[in-house]
Amino acid sequence: MLGFLIRRIIQSIFVMLAVALIAFMMFRFMGDPVNSMVSENATTEERDEVRERLGLDQPIWVQYGRYVARAAQGDFGLSWRNARPVSTLLAERFPATAELVLVAAGLSLLIGIPLGIFTALRPHSFLAQSLQFLSLIGISLPTFVTGILLILVFSVWLGWLPSFGRGEVVDIGWWSTGFLTLSGLKALILPSVMLCLFQLTLIMRLVRSEMMEVLRTDYIKFARARGLTNRSIHFRHALKNTLIPVITIFGLQLGGLIAFAIITETVFQWPGMGALFIQAVSFGDVPVMASYLVLVSLIFVIINTSVDLLYAVLDPRLRVDGARASH
Amino acid sequence: MTLLSVENLTVAFPGRRGTVNAIEDVSLSIEPGEILGMVGESGAGKSMTGAAIIGLIEPPGHIAKGRIVLEGERIDTKSPEQMRRIRGRRIGAIFQDPLTSLNPVLTVGDQLIETIQTHLKLPRAEARERAIDWLRRVGIPAPEARIDTYPHQYSGGMRQRVVIALALCAEPRLVIADEPTTALDVSVQAQIIALLRRLARETGVAVVLVTHDMGVIAETADRVAVMYAGRIVEVGAVADVLNAPNHPYTEGLMASIPRIGPRPEILPQIEGAMPRPHARPPGCAFAPRCPNRMDVCSEQRPELEGSAAAAVACHLKAEVPA
Ligand SMILES: Nc1ncnc2c1ncn2[C@@H]1O[C@H](COP(=O)(O)OP(=O)(O)OP(=O)(O)O)[C@@H](O)[C@H]1O
Ligand SMILES: [Mg+2]
Repeated sequence: MLGFLIRRIIQSIFVMLAVALIAFMMFRFMGDPVNSMVSENATTEERDEVRERLGLDQPIWVQYGRYVARAAQGDFGLSWRNARPVSTLLAERFPATAELVLVAAGLSLLIGIPLGIFTALRPHSFLAQSLQFLSLIGISLPTFVTGILLILVFSVWLGWLPSFGRGEVVDIGWWSTGFLTLSGLKALILPSVMLCLFQLTLIMRLVRSEMMEVLRTDYIKFARARGLTNRSIHFRHALKNTLIPVITIFGLQLGGLIAFAIITETVFQWPGMGALFIQAVSFGDVPVMASYLVLVSLIFVIINTSVDLLYAVLDPRLRVDGARASH
Repeated sequence: MTLLSVENLTVAFPGRRGTVNAIEDVSLSIEPGEILGMVGESGAGKSMTGAAIIGLIEPPGHIAKGRIVLEGERIDTKSPEQMRRIRGRRIGAIFQDPLTSLNPVLTVGDQLIETIQTHLKLPRAEARERAIDWLRRVGIPAPEARIDTYPHQYSGGMRQRVVIALALCAEPRLVIADEPTTALDVSVQAQIIALLRRLARETGVAVVLVTHDMGVIAETADRVAVMYAGRIVEVGAVADVLNAPNHPYTEGLMASIPRIGPRPEILPQIEGAMPRPHARPPGCAFAPRCPNRMDVCSEQRPELEGSAAAAVACHLKAEVPA
């Protein structure tokens, strides 16, 4: 187990170095950033001064080394747009995205798993069939369309929920949360519903098909032949086997949620990292774009490693093999 | 009192091409402590008979006719919940493949303890003691340690021992063992059969032993039932059926077993194949393959005549009483 963990951490470090390299290369492909930072009639000295201040006069490999060394300490340089530290910008925006993704992920699990179990246990019921049908729509409708429809119905027609922004937020240290105010919670509803819809239908369908598969296995038949109760067969014997593969997919999708959040944040003008990224793209603000890439990759790597670890904890077959491999 | 009697049992599967009967008019009985062998080629209906007895026929299949009586009490009409209480507690079951019969994510102990506690209201510590005891009885070494390990840490033969412990741990009076050794190495098969025989003697549990292995039947069973195309064609004491079969199908079956001693050049085989359930001929299902076929055979279905000790379903025997 420990060996496995160490292997994964070393792998992760290499992945992050590669990502940092890509991020760093972005700087080279965007033309001379100094042009966009100084006025058109600036003198050469003024330009050089800016260049030096931003460390752009050094050889490439030195710049990369410095970039990695700084990034490892959380220093991503200054934004080309407003010369504020990128880490500060990201830190300001991170809570909004994190809360949005957290709520969306929670909703998709909390609703998707029970619906999946229900449709697997009562596949012929009217409700299960309708859910299957609805989930097809949910999986095929582009997310921005659902977002706009949600706004149309709940903001424009019914006027129940806000169509943009986070509402009032409360600061706890550097973290600004929307969980503690009514307007903050209301503002979370539509964006998180939009963001979770795809994931939710995916989880529901996955749980359903996995569970139906498990219910056909010999060990479930043997459990029935021993007279165990349906409750135990469904929720103890079958569910655990069902959730093991579901967890992997969920973990992979969690990264996808952060990526999809860009669209949601744009539709709802949600002040998160995704919106920051889109702004940075339109201004050609490479440090912000590159740092967003690095940060999101880091989150992906952390999630994937945790999922692998969780998988090993849940599946005894892997646990023992892992233990053997580490001896 | 007869432990279990199955009377004229028909299991029907409604389907697109009309209803087919997986088994038809099956009657058999088993006494306490008895081992009843059950043979017949693939698709004859052996597993379906077992599934009907434990009340686990897969829908849309259902019992269309007949009764199942356990210790004087009719069980085929019981509710699913009542049947659940009977399964494991009064009728146990052992399936073919030990590699897939155990839940991979629960320890062997969890599975045993849960089964015990479902049927016998015991505190967990006591159920655990019993579970360890059962592992010992089925020949698992160091059961105190092995109880907390997972199925994949056992070999195939050891897993089938665990399966047997699971089937017997709530002390049923009858266990249906459906090809319990087919999936195992030949070297392990004999050990598992010996274990079953020993446990049957020790606990007095009656066993319906489904197998393709006539050698196992000869050594293990008291009586044997021969199935063909969804019906029982012959029943009798093992020695009688093996040495002096009454039904032409049983005769053919016995002739196709290799015997110790001077070997015949080729083993005789029964010509043709068993008819599928939807294509059974109107008379005797074996008639098209039967060397002694008569006119009546393709017109009228022979009934199983005789006693539980010796019965045969064949027009030949009805005409010429032995
Ligand atoms: N779900 C089902 N639907 C329709 N027919 C079925 C179904 N399950 C089994 N049958 C039919 O019931 C008959 C009896 O099958 P069964 O499994 O009892 O045979 P068996 O004697 O156990 O054979 P084997 O030696 O291969 O295990 C077969 O003809 C099979 O086609
Ligand atoms: Mg079978």
